[in-house]
This record gives sequence, structure tokens and C-alpha cells, in this order.
Amino acid sequence: MTDATSLPRPSAFRRRAKSGDRRRTGQLTVGLSALLLLAVCVLAVATGPSPIPLGDLARSLLGESDALSAREAIILHDIRLPRLLLGALTGMALGVSGTMMQGLFRNPLADPSLVGVSSGAAVAAVCAIVLGGGPLSAFAAVLGNSFLPVAAFMGALATTSLLYFLATKAGRTSIATLLLAGLAVTAIGNALIGLVVFTADDQQLRDITFWTLGSLGGATWGRAMAMVPFVGIMLAAVPFVSRGLDALILGEAEAMHVGINVETLKRATILAVASACGAAVAVAGVIGFIGIVVPHLLRLVMGPSNRYLLPASAFGGAALLIGADTICRIVVAPAELPIGIITALIGAPVFMALLLRRRNAFGL
Amino acid sequence: MVGIYGRRVEGLVESRKPPVWSLRKGTRDTIAGALGLALVVTANPACSEEGGRSAARIVSIGGAVTEILYALGAEERIVATDTTSVYPPEANGLPKVGYMRQLAAEGVLSVKPDLILAVEGSGPQQVLGILEESAVPIEIIADAQTPQGVLKKIEAVGAAVGKEAEAKALEAEVAADFAALAAEVAAVAQSNRKKVLFVLSLANGKAMVGGKESSADAMISLAGGINAASGISGFKPMTDEAVIAAEPDVILVMQTSSHALDADAVFTLPAFKATPAAESRAFISMGGNYLLGFGPRAAQAARDLAAKLYPDRIASQ
Repeated sequence: MTDATSLPRPSAFRRRAKSGDRRRTGQLTVGLSALLLLAVCVLAVATGPSPIPLGDLARSLLGESDALSAREAIILHDIRLPRLLLGALTGMALGVSGTMMQGLFRNPLADPSLVGVSSGAAVAAVCAIVLGGGPLSAFAAVLGNSFLPVAAFMGALATTSLLYFLATKAGRTSIATLLLAGLAVTAIGNALIGLVVFTADDQQLRDITFWTLGSLGGATWGRAMAMVPFVGIMLAAVPFVSRGLDALILGEAEAMHVGINVETLKRATILAVASACGAAVAVAGVIGFIGIVVPHLLRLVMGPSNRYLLPASAFGGAALLIGADTICRIVVAPAELPIGIITALIGAPVFMALLLRRRNAFGL
Repeated sequence: MVGIYGRRVEGLVESRKPPVWSLRKGTRDTIAGALGLALVVTANPACSEEGGRSAARIVSIGGAVTEILYALGAEERIVATDTTSVYPPEANGLPKVGYMRQLAAEGVLSVKPDLILAVEGSGPQQVLGILEESAVPIEIIADAQTPQGVLKKIEAVGAAVGKEAEAKALEAEVAADFAALAAEVAAVAQSNRKKVLFVLSLANGKAMVGGKESSADAMISLAGGINAASGISGFKPMTDEAVIAAEPDVILVMQTSSHALDADAVFTLPAFKATPAAESRAFISMGGNYLLGFGPRAAQAARDLAAKLYPDRIASQ
């Protein structure tokens, strides 16, 4: 897992090493992934367990209020569309965070859980599910349906802040300390979850199990809109961190010599990931694999330059998540599968196939 | 967790009020408040009118609710149920909208319901919220693991679908069954009462048992037994030594199509080998949904259990 093998070596791309080629591949991939996202969005809006005629659907979207029956209008405007937005934001958050984390940790296995987002959110969510009726009922009463997501988000932020302060000394953040402290904090988190789970009853256990598999099922406009600023922070950070992350491939000292403010870069990246992923985990539960699969898939196609990789990860992550969610909604209709199952079932084989086909290029 | 809490416990999870909730009034109030509000805001205006009562496309969520609808003769009006609705067997032929706690809003709406009957504890909350906005009347049926709770459930379902007369008749029948059983059980002397240990599962040789506040506990006491796991609350793993110390006279398990526990498997375990139950090989296996569903067959199930506990004193019907 050293730098040399973790990310594709520049020499691996010697065949098309001319920078113009690389840039064109990058731009092309960003464009194609955006188109893919658009196509998946159309598919997601057009399909579901209740068939709605495409023509009526389009007319309703264009503002014709009587194009659909009341039931169909609710299905389109209050169920499918907020869910689409939520899926897009969550997918972007997970895809981009994965890319950022892999760049920051210079490790192909890095994902947002390394900065404590998932474990913090999970501890808080499990507490909210189990203790929301007992010791925490006052909060639960005030926040209502938002109790679980708010708690999970606070849990994610609290854990990330804790890790950041543990790893930062005299203004310098040690990535290695962050990684190791992250493992320790995750272990503590799992122990706390175990403790709370022990006191849970069967229904709460079912809720916890489903939460850990993730779902976009509870999507409402309120929840989707609440995510916008948090994911917005991350997307806004993308142009500012992409050069820095590229330089970081060489190593921290080298990146500094190239003129990158490495400490600011770390802070910005961690903040961006914590805010977007914290919000994503809070509203959609733990959705695994997107943060790993999407960046690697794209790297295989377009090379490691974060300048194009980050935006492509946003589109690709959103496309994969929305596509997976569409399958979840249809495949066992009128019931629904947890989305974590589908993202792994689609993502992993595609990823493996690409990896096997291209392994020579990576010296694996 | 899925292994332990997967399919096998569905019959039990479906319509049982969670024990912790009954302990903690706060939760109940929160949930009852939220659901109550839902009822007041959307369901009542529509339901009290003809819309709900004459509903012809009912989505029934919760095994006990579905069973009651069948018992009231409203089965041809059900268009979909949840995965916990497994009785009567015909209910399995209907489309399933998923597990009662994990409903999908569009999935439920896709069967074009004009009434949603959901047992207390159905969810998730946001999905119920979306369904409420869809203007389909939703009726939440209160759930309690007592004879009174069963009668209330029947009454509520009957009122929701406009079958009050049938519901009254069924209530009277069930109430009479409970009363008759209670009288017979009362005649069993305290000293003759059997200690019953309900074993939900044996994962890895570890017994998951039904403690107090669990649906199994409620059923055991209705049948005149003493819960051997009364030191535990809810369904929890019990250590081997505690099983021996509890000295159960009878082991009670749920019979399911898969994963059925049999007497041999249980009594060869060290923890169970040393119990009085193993000596007399007292082992009772009953259908999970039947035993713990607290639907219209609850009185009958309690009598069946009592008859198995005290064969010379109480007759099964």
C-alpha cells in the first residue's frame, strides 16, 4: 500500500502519455459521466412500481397541473423527485469523498469512514433508534422525524472533530495518526453500538439492521434540501483541492515544495468530507462501496488526475446511486430492497471486471 | 443480526408491542402522539365518512390486522399485505409491500389503496408521513399483548372497514374464550404451575429467550405458566448457567417452516440437559404467528398452550 502501487503510476499511461490526450480523456469522461447521470435521472423519474405514462409525466414536469391524477402527482412530485435529488446529493457526497480520501491518505482503500464519519454517525443513529424513547425522548419529541438524521450528523461531526484534534499537533495534522486514531475510534464506536444494541428490542434491532444497509426511502423535499448546503460545501471545495491532491501523490514534503499549503489542504478536505458524508449518512444510512468503486472505476478509465476525477466522481457517484436505487424500487415491488445490497452487487463485479482487464497496465 | 432476527422472528415481531416501549412511557407517548396526530389530521375525517368504511382496496399491514380482516369476512377487499401477514395461508398469495417497519411509499401507493390499515409500530415514520400526504386514509391499529388489546384491535379494524356487527360478534367470541380459559387456569393450584422457558432461537448454542415484557411472557401467563426467564426483559440471550438456575419444567419454541428447533437439539445442549424439562422431555412447539401474534386466534393459542402444559386439567378445543 505504498504510494507507488496504490495509485496508478504515471508510467502506466505511457501509451497515451501526451498531456493533450490525457486532458481530452479527462474532459470526455467528465462529459460522459454527466450524460450518464442525466440518463439515469430520466430512467429513475420514469420508472417505479406505479406505472405513469411517459407523456403525462413529461407534461406534469413542464408545469401542466392536470396532466396527472392526484395520486400520480404525489408519486411524481413528493416521492420520486425528492428521492432523485436526495440520491444525487448522496451519490455525489460519497463519490467525491471517496476520491478525496484516497488522495489525502494516498491509499486506494481509503474512504470517508477513516475520518470517523460512519462510526460516529452509526453510534448516534443507533442511540437515536434505541434510546429515542427513553433517556433521549426529550430530544426525540422536539425533533420528531428529524431526530435520527440530526443525531447522526452531529455524531459524524463530533467524531471527525475529535479525530482531527487528536491528529493535530502544533498546527500540523499527521495523516498517519488520523488513520490509526480513526481505527481506535471506530473500535470504540462498535463497542458502544454493541452495548446499546444489547438493550434494544427486536423491532429496534430490525431498524438498526435496515439503517446499516442504507435507504433513500424516507426522502422528502425537506430532507433533500437540508442536504444541499452540506454537499454544496464539498462541491465548492473541489476546484481548490484538486491540484493539491494531485501534488500530494508525490508526498507531503514534495507537495509543499511544489507550493501547496498542505495543512490548509488537509483541513479543507477533511471539512468537505465530514460535512457532505455526515449529511449523506445521516439521511440515507450507511451506503457502502460507492466511495471505493466510483473513484477507482474512473481512475481506470481516465487516469489519476484529480482535476477531472473529482467532478467525474460526483457525476458517477450520483449515477450509480440513483441507478441502484431505481433497481431497489422496482425489483421486489411493491416492497423495496435496501440500497446497500444493490450498490455492492452492481459495483463490485463491474469493478472486478475492469480491474482484471486492466491489471497489466497497473503492474498488479 | 439478520441471522438471528431475520425471517424466523417475523411471526413474533409483527404485532407485538416492543417491551421497552411498555416500560418507557416516553416513547409510547411520542409515538402515540405522532401517530395520533396522523390519525386526527388525515385518517379521521376521511375514515369516519364513507370513504374508509366502504374501502374496496385495503392495504393491510401487520399479521394480526390481516387475520382480523379475514375473520371479519373482508378478505376480498385486501389488495396487499406486509411480509408479517402469513395467516391465513391465502394471505400469502397477495402482493407484499415489504416488512411492516420498512414500507416503501411508492410501493404502497402502487397498489392503488383507498385505505391503509397499519398496526401500531409500522413505519418508518417518514414513509407514513408521505403516505398521509397522499390523502389515502391511514388507520393505525393500537397493539397490546393482552386479551383487552386483542378485543380493541378487532373493534378498531371492524370500525375502520365498516364491519362493526361482525367485529362485535368476533369480540364476544374471543372474550368468552379468554374468560373460559382464565377460569380454568385459575383452578390450577399455584404449586402445580409449570415454569416455562420460551426459546426464540439457539444461535451458536446460545439460547435467546423471552423474558418479561415480551409477547412470549404474556402468552405464558395467559396459559397459566410461570415464565422461567422473568429475570430478563424482552428477548435476550440467556447464559447457560442461568438456564440451569431457572429450572424450567417446559421448553416452549416457535415452529416455523425452516429452522424448527426440535427437542433433541435442545436437550443435548449442556445448559438444557440439566433442567427438569429435559428429564421429562417436556417440549412444546407452536406456530410463531399463532402463538405470539395476538390476533383473533390468541385465546385459542393460549388454550392450546395451557392444554399442553396441564393436559389433565385443561382441554384443548
